[in-house]
Amino acid sequence: MNILVCIKQVPDMEGRFVPDASGSWFEEAGHVWRMNEYDACAVEEAVRLKEAPGVDARVTVLSIGPARVVETIRKALALGCDNGVHIDDPAAAERDPWQIASMIAGFAADRGFDLVFTGIQSEDRGSAQVGVLVAEQLGIACVTGITSLVLQDDSLTVERELEKGRRCQLRLKLPVLLTCQLGLNTPRYPTLPNIMKSKRSVLTVLRPEDTGAGEPRVSSEAFRPHERNMNVVVLEGDASTLALQVLALLDERGIISAQGGVR
Amino acid sequence: MKLMLVGEIREGALVAEVAELFGFARCLDAEVSMVLGGAAGDFPSFNGRLYCPDVENAFDMTYHKRLVLDAVEREQPDTVVFLHSSYGWEVAPRVAFAMQAAQVSGVTGIDDGGYVVESCNGKMRRTVRPLTTRAVLTIQPGAFAAVAVDGTPEVIAIDAEPDSVIEFLGCIQPEQEIDLSRTRAIVSAGRGVGSADQIDLVRALADALGGEIGASRPVVDAGWLERSRQVGTSGQSVSPALYVACGISGAIQHLAGMKGSGFVLAVNTDRDAPIGSVADVLAVADLAEFLPAMTAAIRERQ
Repeated sequence: MNILVCIKQVPDMEGRFVPDASGSWFEEAGHVWRMNEYDACAVEEAVRLKEAPGVDARVTVLSIGPARVVETIRKALALGCDNGVHIDDPAAAERDPWQIASMIAGFAADRGFDLVFTGIQSEDRGSAQVGVLVAEQLGIACVTGITSLVLQDDSLTVERELEKGRRCQLRLKLPVLLTCQLGLNTPRYPTLPNIMKSKRSVLTVLRPEDTGAGEPRVSSEAFRPHERNMNVVVLEGDASTLALQVLALLDERGIISAQGGVR
Repeated sequence: MKLMLVGEIREGALVAEVAELFGFARCLDAEVSMVLGGAAGDFPSFNGRLYCPDVENAFDMTYHKRLVLDAVEREQPDTVVFLHSSYGWEVAPRVAFAMQAAQVSGVTGIDDGGYVVESCNGKMRRTVRPLTTRAVLTIQPGAFAAVAVDGTPEVIAIDAEPDSVIEFLGCIQPEQEIDLSRTRAIVSAGRGVGSADQIDLVRALADALGGEIGASRPVVDAGWLERSRQVGTSGQSVSPALYVACGISGAIQHLAGMKGSGFVLAVNTDRDAPIGSVADVLAVADLAEFLPAMTAAIRERQ
């Protein structure tokens, strides 16, 4: 089985985001970069499939971005992917979902992937479009937001998350593209020997021209923080003083009874 | 502007957030038609054309794509508007692909011809503009006011070819129901609690307040609490008198589930966390220190 996993490198979301000079995205300086967590579930699921008894699979991991994304590709290799593909694109942050999908589909076309995994969305852009657009471009079936996957012979049974905790169960045949929801699995940590081994792997490096990116279909601008909530009372200080201050506020608003219960 | 709203049916009934699609249309003062993926017991009331099949084919997304495209072909709208839901995630990009149109996902506002969307897990926002003449949008549930409109739609029967590639096996209902919808106090744990053993600190405060413990998505995914305690669009919608958000950053999917709360206390080490946009009080503190102190302060009264 020939498996492709598409991953994105994103900044840690705890970081502080400052709009860049163009105002369309953020200043990269000072950010810590890591794998998009939905994509980490995708990598884990692909590697588990490969490790399943009786399955002969090869996992290719692909990422689009500037030189820094190589580190995240190597992380995926250390986690068990077999070969890495880097589409070296310094302008990746300015690309829209259509262009990213076009590059992935441009790479995947004619390479005979039976199974393509992506995350359901990225943590930074959150468009939740790329996976489906890749499947449409490749003309293969697609299921979004899977939380379970079982391979039996040549058919897959997946669970897909709906609202309010409901899930639906679907059966499908390869080839297929699946977008992964959190909760699908718990991604493993790489072992030290595998980390060392991944550093020696030779990556396939392509340029956007090699895969074709097409023209953008949306523009993105005015990256900005949320309007500040002027009514929020911000309290800081030592924990026990804070607790008493909060309690006093709850009393003042009549939320807590004299016995400590909520009215 | 001519909008085609894509209504949604879940478990045989029209989804309540469809009223928010009308709220969005009102913001744009747009002419409206609707396509509905199945026959609901109750049609939405509005004046306009409603495209709808006779049968429900709920889980075949290629069928739904074809259905929406048929309605688009007949109606020729400028913009097709879905909810940003499990249905919208599946169908909207397929429709956008077929229409060769731009898609903007998770729209929370309108900004001078563009659409405001959340970025970086809800911490930031940006304005996205379609560069194509027609566009597909998905609207974030909870972002636009629900609007009840009057009228009787002109129902037009449509149908589409089903798809044989994906076989629907059935639905799985969430196990072990815990109903948080009538609880007076909810203390919810988020990713910021850090580990499973810290959950006890959250539970102790919930007990002291005579309330229940809730959770945000990462806590449930990590297996620290039952899925049925999840608050948000993929979990429960709650409206307690007091909501305490412990280490919850405040992704919009979570906020949509707790926006009906009376008083919101957020405890977080990150003072820029988006939970601050809905909180009455933001205590910038370490949970391991604050939660025992708060629990002790309440216990002292009992």
